[in-house]
Amino acid sequence: MRVGMEWLAEYCDPGLDARALGERLAMTGTEVDRIHHHGVGNLDAFVVGIVLKTSRHPDADRLTVCTVQIADGVQTQIVCGAPNVAAGQTVAVARPGAIMPDGTKLKKAKLRGVSSDGMILAEDELEISAEHDETIVLDGASLQAGQPLADVLAIATEVLELEITPNRPDCLGVYGVAREVGAATGSLLRPAPWEQDPGSLQGEVGVDVRVEAPDLCPRFTARAFEGVTIGPSPRWLKARLTAAGQRPINNVVDITNYAMLLTGQPLHAFDLDRIAGATLVVRRAHDGEKVVTLDGQERVLDADVCLIADADGPTSIAGVMGGTRSEVQPDTTRVLMEVASWDGPNIHDTSLKLGLRSEASGRFEKGLSPEQTLEAQVVATKLMLELTGARLVAGTIDVGGAGPDGQVIRLRDARVAGLLGVDIPRKESAQHLQRLGFEVVQRDEGLDVTVPHWRRNDVSREADLIEEVARLHGVNDQLPATLPGRRGAVGVLTAEQRLRRRAEDALAGLGLLEIVGWSFASPDLDDRLRLHAGDARRAHVVIQNPMSADQSVLRTTLLGSLLDAAAHNAAHGQGVPGIFESGAVYAATGEQLPHEHRALGALVPGDVFAAKGYLEGLLGALRAPASFAAEPQPFLHPGRSAKVSVGEAVVGWVGDVHPLVAAAWDVADVAAFEIDLDAVIASVQTVARYEDLTSFPELREDVAIVVDATLPAATVLDCVRAAGGRLLAHAEVFDVYRGEQIAEGRTSLAIALTFRAKDRTLTDADVAPLREKIVARLATQLGGELRG
Amino acid sequence: MIERIAELRAEAQAAIEGASTTTELEELRVRYLGRKAQLPNILRGIAQLQPAERGPTGKAANQARQALEAQIARRGEQLAEGELEDRLRDDAVDVTLPGSPAQRLGGLHLLSSTRREIEDVFLGLGFKIAEGPEVETVYYNFDALNHALTHPARGTMDTFYVGDDVLLRTHTSPMQIRAMQAEPPPLYVIVPGRVYRRDSDATHTPQFHQIEGLAVDEDITLADLKGTLLAFARAIFGPDREVRLRPHFFPFTEPSVEVDVSCFNCRHGAIRDGSRCPVCRGTQWLEILGSGMVDPNVFAHVAEHGYDPERVQGFAFGLGIERIAMLKHAVPDLRLFYDNDVRFLEQFA
Repeated sequence: MRVGMEWLAEYCDPGLDARALGERLAMTGTEVDRIHHHGVGNLDAFVVGIVLKTSRHPDADRLTVCTVQIADGVQTQIVCGAPNVAAGQTVAVARPGAIMPDGTKLKKAKLRGVSSDGMILAEDELEISAEHDETIVLDGASLQAGQPLADVLAIATEVLELEITPNRPDCLGVYGVAREVGAATGSLLRPAPWEQDPGSLQGEVGVDVRVEAPDLCPRFTARAFEGVTIGPSPRWLKARLTAAGQRPINNVVDITNYAMLLTGQPLHAFDLDRIAGATLVVRRAHDGEKVVTLDGQERVLDADVCLIADADGPTSIAGVMGGTRSEVQPDTTRVLMEVASWDGPNIHDTSLKLGLRSEASGRFEKGLSPEQTLEAQVVATKLMLELTGARLVAGTIDVGGAGPDGQVIRLRDARVAGLLGVDIPRKESAQHLQRLGFEVVQRDEGLDVTVPHWRRNDVSREADLIEEVARLHGVNDQLPATLPGRRGAVGVLTAEQRLRRRAEDALAGLGLLEIVGWSFASPDLDDRLRLHAGDARRAHVVIQNPMSADQSVLRTTLLGSLLDAAAHNAAHGQGVPGIFESGAVYAATGEQLPHEHRALGALVPGDVFAAKGYLEGLLGALRAPASFAAEPQPFLHPGRSAKVSVGEAVVGWVGDVHPLVAAAWDVADVAAFEIDLDAVIASVQTVARYEDLTSFPELREDVAIVVDATLPAATVLDCVRAAGGRLLAHAEVFDVYRGEQIAEGRTSLAIALTFRAKDRTLTDADVAPLREKIVARLATQLGGELRG
Repeated sequence: MIERIAELRAEAQAAIEGASTTTELEELRVRYLGRKAQLPNILRGIAQLQPAERGPTGKAANQARQALEAQIARRGEQLAEGELEDRLRDDAVDVTLPGSPAQRLGGLHLLSSTRREIEDVFLGLGFKIAEGPEVETVYYNFDALNHALTHPARGTMDTFYVGDDVLLRTHTSPMQIRAMQAEPPPLYVIVPGRVYRRDSDATHTPQFHQIEGLAVDEDITLADLKGTLLAFARAIFGPDREVRLRPHFFPFTEPSVEVDVSCFNCRHGAIRDGSRCPVCRGTQWLEILGSGMVDPNVFAHVAEHGYDPERVQGFAFGLGIERIAMLKHAVPDLRLFYDNDVRFLEQFA
């Protein structure tokens, strides 16, 4: 919303410059996006001049050399290009030193060899309108040469560009902003421009209006004008429209725009003679019904769209845009001024559906009060009578009438203090509310507050009144900073949150860098990862309105993000760093919401053992008892991949990234793992329990066993553990050997055995039989031979 | 004999004192106290002496031996120390050469470390941490948070939809409702998490991260909100920070305020060389979050869980982790967070 300070001052003048007013508004809830300067600068250089005589420029047919009186007894020579300039005219003059709207400074100049000491101005040069061809001719009778031009024309104003929050459609009009400024600054608010109505409510307007969709059109008003002469608007009006960002068109259209900018309520002017059958019907459109809107486009409507039709069919899309068929033309003499309220959500939907946003739809969708229609009618009536030579046909069509009486809300003193944490005197609250247009009545415990129609949608509860009082009282300077009582509230991480942090810290401590990838993925990711047709990871959550096709589904694995980050760094000469990500993955399940779990994945240079080393470090940090078994994944090397289990549950995978997958990201020789961190954390013992490892020393033995090379070490260790019984505390492979002295197809595993008893120091006599039993079991069950 | 012992003792003492290396000292030990040396021989020959001489001679010889042993030990320590000093001196290196490579530490992403830093502040203030689904229903994301049906954020221009009533959450606020459904008041909770909006430029990415805060009890006030956010701002941006509340509008809070923190990079909007502060652009204030008192209509959705709007009140706030990280660490472009370039990651690891 652009509000010129010059226009604002007509209704409320707080005596502040634009910046100071902007700061005050910002601190009371109206944000100022920016402050523009509209029009010219260095106003002293702009004066009223009188053209004393003119002569043809000796070297240019289209230039006129003028002698202009610019002060009592002061004359100057100005070369002018406008065809209409003539002796005797009172004109607008810019003298050297003037700052033009584009910021250039006017200097003395020579035009084709003739010196020109300034400029005779056209409207565009003052940003009053786009008119360039003709100079401004002022009314000479009341003016004198040398008078400041700013006294005569609005040639400069600061413009506040306000961000009006959606709850305040009342501030979409200059008068509403003036009311807000009055409340924010305590300055006097002048009477509303609709207080005196030159029109009448009784009378026969001569147009038949039927509202068949009252749910979509709470109020429909119209007034008729005859003897209208279409022409340009006066400069003061054009200047205000231009400063507000509107282009002047003709007096009738400008009046609708001006009244809208002042009251916040959109209006529409019909050429009454072009309304077929002098009948207007407000109804829902038929499916497929068409209308050509003012922008020249044909729009196809459906039954949810509300339209205005005459005897020949649709003329306007209600609340959004008028139609060409009945718009005001240069020859229009009879005007029907229509001002209606429309259902906000319906206008919103229509505007979205048709991709058609207008000043009107943007206002209606925020919900305007029915009472505003007559306010706008009054403003428009005054201007129609004043500026177009029109006669008002007696009467006002009014279907629907005013809205419900203002709601009365009790504002309790105790509640104000209780919600804000600071006392605001009741008297002060009353004053703030009254300045905003609320009526207040004193009661024992506070105020009874009546909500004005323009705040009906926004203020309906005590909390809403407290907000009004608080923002005008000041939520910053006047408010203490305290801390809540926090009755019994304790800030503590859950076990899951602590373990998640521990998992991430473990990988970081092991040397990996955390990345943050996109939740979005490209649908072709599945193919790049070689996922099979039936792979569960193809069950994506699909975004209906993605920003781009390659971000149109949600990821089901972190591997894509990890490869993307690896590829980025490789492509930028950084090699492939060791990286990990901790984040959600999403699986479509057929339920309303997909299944989300927190995954933890890593990608490292090297092979499966490099990746497994990090994974084991991570699982160790979580005290998760993990096991591994060979299992392929479509995106992993088929002979170098494993599933990861914690307890009974399979929680993830680890392996060399398949060379073809790696190649698809332009990297090579990388390995990765991914686990379901939620599942891992759910199955770990979160509290470590003491185990006595110090009272009695452990006894260590090594054994080397030769087994079939295809036999997994895990199977060998399972056998060892089973045979070792309770006293075997630990068994692990510490060396693998193939080659000389070992038969073809066989491999030697060196296994470290640790024996421990809880109640005594073990001796060789305790351990020797266990060792023999282990060796024997390996021989019988797995064909293992002691390497000796 | 006793005189001979005294002679030997004096001779040996002088020699030991004069020894200049531990090797030389060892030779002296062998010479005076070794198996073939005179003093031990005297001791071994005590039995052959006259009974009357045995006592005094044995005593003198023992004393001499003990004295020499002690002296050798003492002298040995002195010499060894000196020799070590010499060796260490010869062992000097250029300490400005680089260290031997250790296992390098990795590190958390700046968004994670910033999130944790913020979490820890609120943990200290008594807030728990809750997390919720990123794919959310329209009910939790908009309806229960009092968004009008015409609120622009509901539109498909602003919000990613995955079904008729299912979307990618546009803020962490849906967890306000879920947290209140899960637990009766008093409730103090923050909600970190990933959120999504259809926006992409230097200052917007379609995914980003927020932290929601919610405190509900019978007597929580707007002043409490101010105090809580002041404590937060000082913990994150420094002890001299101030906060400023500006009235604003959000559908799910009433009153609503935007919160600015005083710029940490400048004094009165100008940096040392007098030019305009690039962080606050000369305004002296940095907008960091939106907040307000929970709207009674929001409580109405969870009234049956103990949140009667007439009995409880509270504050809520939502802040962007990226924004806090960018301000605090002078990161110029939001997209850097998602490039995952090691040259970025390592700066904050």
